[in-house]
Amino acid sequence: MTHVARIPSPSGDTAPAWAGELNAMMEAYRQAGGDPSALQLPQVATLVISANQVLVAHEIPGVHFEAESLPHGVRARIWVEPHTHLAQPIHLCFGLLPAEGEQDILAEYDIGEQANVRFLAHCSFPNAIKVEHRMQARIRIGRQASLTYSEEHFHGPHGGTVVIPKAEILVEEGGHFTTTFTLTRGRVGDLRLDYLVRVGANGVAELVTKAYGKGDDTIHVREVVTLDGAGARGLTRTRIAVQDKAQSRVDTITEGNAPGARGHMDCTEIVRGQAQASNNPLVIVRHDQAQVTHEAAIGTVNRKELETLMARGLSEDEAVDLIIRGLMR
Amino acid sequence: MKPYLLEIKDLCLSREGRVLLNHVNLALKPGEIHVLLGLNGSGKSTLAYTIMGCSGYTPDHGQILFEGRDITGLSLSERARLGITLAWQEPARFEGIPVGKYISLGMKEPDRQRVIEALEAVALPPAQYGYRAVDKTLSGGERKRIELAAVYAMRPRLAILDEPDSGIDALSLTDIERLIRRMANEGCTILLITHRDELAEIGDSASLMCLGSIAFVGDPQETRRFYRDHCRLHPTPPEPLKLGLEPKEGQS
Repeated sequence: MTHVARIPSPSGDTAPAWAGELNAMMEAYRQAGGDPSALQLPQVATLVISANQVLVAHEIPGVHFEAESLPHGVRARIWVEPHTHLAQPIHLCFGLLPAEGEQDILAEYDIGEQANVRFLAHCSFPNAIKVEHRMQARIRIGRQASLTYSEEHFHGPHGGTVVIPKAEILVEEGGHFTTTFTLTRGRVGDLRLDYLVRVGANGVAELVTKAYGKGDDTIHVREVVTLDGAGARGLTRTRIAVQDKAQSRVDTITEGNAPGARGHMDCTEIVRGQAQASNNPLVIVRHDQAQVTHEAAIGTVNRKELETLMARGLSEDEAVDLIIRGLMR
Repeated sequence: MKPYLLEIKDLCLSREGRVLLNHVNLALKPGEIHVLLGLNGSGKSTLAYTIMGCSGYTPDHGQILFEGRDITGLSLSERARLGITLAWQEPARFEGIPVGKYISLGMKEPDRQRVIEALEAVALPPAQYGYRAVDKTLSGGERKRIELAAVYAMRPRLAILDEPDSGIDALSLTDIERLIRRMANEGCTILLITHRDELAEIGDSASLMCLGSIAFVGDPQETRRFYRDHCRLHPTPPEPLKLGLEPKEGQS
């Protein structure tokens, strides 16, 4: 059952009962890096989910939402009609405002043939002391379609969030999928990201993941890209910084299973204090005309980079901070 | 007579039994361009890193004086804050740091106009480069120009330019020479390190480095002539043989 609402206008029309919750979500959205004013534009498709309620589901021509409340979350289906080209990104806002709770988002995205869309997703748990957010997504990118999915998280300052984003993505022939997952402000808590992407002939998948762990945060990133079609291309780019006693583990697997398939895995992890990081790249090639490569740099900040910045007058700490912030951009 | 801005006195640096700097003496007057010539491996970059205070380049002996003050024990950042900076021969690259931001790092107050001016001084269109990252997507030549722009924008008192001409095409070399002259005209003292003798002509004075020592000091023409007539690549001296049998402390 779809619950469709609009964001209350600032003019102060009679506010419905859920308006307070929506306003709080908008504040959380802002904290996660979003711009609430963008959600009020009529030409912008918007889906706002707080806990297990759909507060806003605003459709536009070519973009449709179906959503249903679950005991601890929402099941949502988002589909984009073939040949839809949008100038503005589709905005998604997921969150949980209380200090404790759990949220399941079961989402299905269907991007029709030759459509070209961008999603801007913000996930905010600003007060989390003990919150678990589980996202299970299935995404299909149709033939020659293009999907750019940017997801930014904000988990507040307490480190009490467990986030488990899981996604299975199918990129059909000639399709293009780019995703960026960013969790660099506030604390991470416990992140367990698990993506599987299957890429068809001449399709492209690019996965970028950025996380900055502090305190006793734990980060586990698992990304699997199977290049199944001829000429398929895949890239995983992982940028992690850990400090204090935070820990990160990055497992990336790329399979080259078809002629002309090209894959690359690129991982940089910066370690400070007593933090710990690891990277386990696995390359599997099942065709003699496929090629998969990987590169990784794990450890302290590169000395030459540091000294280049220090030669401009930055202290060592300022230089390290700038390098990490650049990496997380 | 003007006091020296930079004085290097009897500087020695060895690493793993190998002499890298051998009793180096050098003095630069304020506002002058001093060209340090030398073949690859002669110790020019080592001297640059030692003056700048890079890690692993602490001299075993000697002094570095800046305006008469001994800075040998100062950290790299402290030296930079005194107005000393270095343009690396192969500058580092930074993901996610925009060119504009990078150029403004050395300024006391960020100044957009100065960033634009600095990019124009190295013939890079500001609108095209200001927001690009200083990362692997830049060519070697572009990166070197940005490094020079960052040094220029900092308005240092002493700029050490380590092979600013390497990896730059002949046409661009004119831009680089013009920038070096402009910096000097604005009061910056420049230690220009190069192995291309034709670049010596830009200097007010020059010296020649060989096997970690200053072998010749003179005017640029003389130094250039000496360099062309006398300098040949020496075979690299072999590493001292290490058998692990060296006596430990207290042993005879």
